Parts: sequence; C-alpha cells; structure tokens
Amino acid sequence: MASAHSDGTAGTAGPGGPTGEAGNRLPGGISLKILVAGGFGVGKTTMVGSVSEIRPLRTEERLSEAGRPLDDLVGVEGKDTTTVAMDFGRIDLRPGLALYLFGTPGQDRFWFVWDELARGSLGAVVLADTRRLADCFPSVDFFEQRGIPFVIAVNCFEGTEVFAAEDVRSALDLDPEVPVLLCDARRREDSRDVLVRLVEHAAARRRVG
Amino acid sequence: MSGRAPEDDPVESADAPSEATGPAVPGQPADRWYDDEAGPMVRLFSLTRGRTRPAGDGYFDLISMVSARSAADRDPLLPEPVLDPEHQAILDLCADEPLSVAELGSYTDLPVSVVRVLLGDLDDAELIDVTRPVPLAELPDEHLLREVINGLRAL
Repeated sequence: MASAHSDGTAGTAGPGGPTGEAGNRLPGGISLKILVAGGFGVGKTTMVGSVSEIRPLRTEERLSEAGRPLDDLVGVEGKDTTTVAMDFGRIDLRPGLALYLFGTPGQDRFWFVWDELARGSLGAVVLADTRRLADCFPSVDFFEQRGIPFVIAVNCFEGTEVFAAEDVRSALDLDPEVPVLLCDARRREDSRDVLVRLVEHAAARRRVG
Repeated sequence: MSGRAPEDDPVESADAPSEATGPAVPGQPADRWYDDEAGPMVRLFSLTRGRTRPAGDGYFDLISMVSARSAADRDPLLPEPVLDPEHQAILDLCADEPLSVAELGSYTDLPVSVVRVLLGDLDDAELIDVTRPVPLAELPDEHLLREVINGLRAL
C-alpha cells in the first residue's frame, strides 16, 4: 500500500496551483466532468457526441436494489439486478486537462447514480424539449437542491416552434441568474457554446461565493 | 454475507452462489438455459473472487485517471503479481496514456463496479498510478475555469 497515490490536491499548493506546471506533474493530469441531463430522448447523447473528440462511450453500473423501479430502456440482468448505462465523451482541452461529459442515465429515477456523477462536477447542462418541457423538471430540482451550477439548453428540434428563452425561463420558474440558451444539440458549435456558457456561469457563481 | 452495508457493491449479490442453483436443474431439458439466457460465461463475482469495493470512497471515481507504471518504478521486493487476463487488459489500455475509470469500463466491457475491484488489485501490487479528480471545493480561483473556457472556445 506504499504506492504513491497522487491526488488532485497533492503537491499543488505552490504558486500557480494545479493548473501550473504542478498540474502536468500529476501522472494522470487534471480531469473534470460536466453532466448532461434532461428527459428521455431529448438529445443528451447527441450533445455528448457532437462536442466530444471520441465517439460517445458507454459504461455500465450494476445495481441490486430490490424493488427499485425499472426504466424502460435499462436492461435487467436478474430479478433484482439492474444495469444502468451511462454514455460519456471526452474532450482534451490541453495535454493533462481532460473534460468528461456524462449523459445522466435513466429517466430521472436513478438518483443514487446521479449523486455519484454529480459529486465533484463542474456543473450540468439540462437539455429541454419545449414539446415536453415538464420532462426536465426533475433535473432542474436535482441541481437546484444540491447547489450545482446548471444552464438550460433548449434543444430546438426541426419542425418545432422556437420558443423565446424567456418563455422557457418563466415556464421553468428559474432563478434569474440561470442561463437559458437555444441550441441544436447536433451542432458542435452550439454544444460548445452551451458548455462555455455553463463554465462561465460556474465561474461567476464562485466569484459570488 | 450478513452485516454488509446496503450500499456495498452490487456485483456479489447480483451473482450470489445461491442463485447459481436456479432453474437449471440437470435432467430437465425444458429448464435449460442456453447462450445469453445462461448469463455471462464467467460470473462476475468469480472474476473479483467475491470481493467488493465500496463505490462511494471516491478513490476510483469515474474520472479518476489511471496509468500503468513501468516495471522499473515498482518495488523489487514486492512479490510477482498474479494477474488475470482482465488485469492485463486494463494495464495494456493505460500503458501509453492515462485513462479514466469510466473509459476502462467501456473498453473492457466490464461494469464499473468490477473494474474498481480489479484496479484495487493493481493498485495494491503497485502496478498503476491513480490520480483522483480535483475536488471542486478546492479548485484554485478562476484560473482553471478560465483555461477550460479557452480550451472549449478553441474547439
């Protein structure tokens, strides 16, 4: 057990902090994560894929919580086992600084998986479809309750009426500082702009404290 | 198995031996399971020898970065490790560049809970380096966030 367990905080107390040369000294570099949440079929994996450098990957967690409600799209291994799949992507911002995007699994039911995903996350994108705006209520509640910075990205599907961002804001009863953007999750530039806005929002929140 | 905390890893209970004696009773062909219906060829609890690792300790977070150590960095007094093919697969994957726990799970096609146990073995044998993600509460002022924003803009 004598192996050198490096930690994001270890050895980074010097000037420049983890982002200076100390950051590059970490064997694995710095890794950050952003969550992409929202209702079923709203385009979470599409957004992860459009802005990632690798095609979206899938990883699984097995759960054995008897009696838990099962999601429509989640495979069942046994009578009391559920496999929760998470789609994710990776963006290398520079050598030694990787940003991971995780699509949140299930239809807002696997909160305990969300808790692990949310721990230490930079923030979250809540994707909304104006035809089913209520689908994103649980995601909004989740991030509000935990004080995790989030933005609402309205995925403008073709053939849908384009709502004004302010209409969405009032429909979701959002705090005035929560950014609301319109986007096409298939477009890399749109997804990138949503992420930039989220990180700016997270930075502003840190300033306020 | 009694006394385990309820949040303990689900793998063991998922494939508990008591369930292995299920409906596949010899001599009753109608109840035989074939192919995928029979479940994984190697039960996952066999792979981890029944061991579990609490998922909540954060050491093997989904975005903890894992890289294989070179043999030269290893304590020569440590016994030669006994590795399963899955251990070796993980080492091969992260030999050239660090990979996250999530990526290792995806590339090995193993559930993250199983990958965590295997990584624990590799860590005990000093075969890997693990870098945990920066706890967000301890991020330095805005420097890193600014760097993230600039990096995203350059995409």
